[in-house]
Amino acid sequence: MSDAATLGSPAAVFTQLWLLAFGGTNSVLPEMQHQVVELHPWLTASEFAALFALAQPAPGPNMLVVTLIGWRVAALPGALVTTLGVAGPSSVLTFIGSGLWYRFRDARWRRQVQAGLMPVTAGLVMASAAMLIRTTSTESGTASITIAATVLFLFSRLHPLLVLGAAAAMGATGLLD
Amino acid sequence: MPWVRRMAVEQRRWLTAAEFSGMLGLCQFLPGGNVMNVTVALGARFHGAAGAATAFTGLMAAPVVSVIAMGVVYDRYGELPVVRHAFAGLAAAASALVLANALKIAAPLRSMPIGIGIALATFIAIAVLRLPLPPVLPAMAALFTLLMWRSRR
Repeated sequence: MSDAATLGSPAAVFTQLWLLAFGGTNSVLPEMQHQVVELHPWLTASEFAALFALAQPAPGPNMLVVTLIGWRVAALPGALVTTLGVAGPSSVLTFIGSGLWYRFRDARWRRQVQAGLMPVTAGLVMASAAMLIRTTSTESGTASITIAATVLFLFSRLHPLLVLGAAAAMGATGLLD
Repeated sequence: MPWVRRMAVEQRRWLTAAEFSGMLGLCQFLPGGNVMNVTVALGARFHGAAGAATAFTGLMAAPVVSVIAMGVVYDRYGELPVVRHAFAGLAAAASALVLANALKIAAPLRSMPIGIGIALATFIAIAVLRLPLPPVLPAMAALFTLLMWRSRR
């Protein structure tokens, strides 16, 4: 599974997706799931949720779910191609954009465009959360984990890794289903 | 991100806090991961294209290797009941991470009814109507800007 055609397709899918990721990874999850679960059936919805979860405790940028999907589709070449597919174009854009941005940093239109994206990002990330919760909250146990963890992430100073680890440990006991 | 900030501003003194905030503003605005964009912008600032490429590789290499290692382990042991159960718990908490992220982004909208409306409309378009993202994103951003502009007049 490493001929150019097999790898070109995931690379193209992710590059296109990434150029829409104005609100970061979390704003494009429904579109990503639509692409990799429905359009190109590379994974099932629950595999997608599992890979997303697997990428969360990993150190580094939270786009790593893309690396995992690529790896799942076409092993190491797939992982490299999808990672570069998402990271390459946006990095080039940042490289080019950082100069322009300094020139326009006080321009009114720039502030308006940025403010205009904020509520859209809020809605998109909320849609991502709804999609993941629909996949993961299959039992009352996992649903209560989601509720409790949300409260902890918002109102406690616990390290997120600690919460993720505790949730995995509670899951491992088998009490959740 | 807090770690990148601490290293670049407080420990290495590559940038002042204000310069870092400006750079972060750009990187939140551009598509892609924020941390990755900040890293590239930092590298570019000091060493041009070579700096950007070095920073990018430095940021990505170790995480990519570690996440693939986790994928290998998951592939090998994912079928074991205890691993499957642990993953159900982990995935539930990972969903919570995204929900908390959404609520934090939405918090400043409390005093902005038009913003709440646009956030809701975006949510319905993507989560309920399942419309594709490419047209929804620019349409909603433009609609919001238009409504805000009219409400100010």
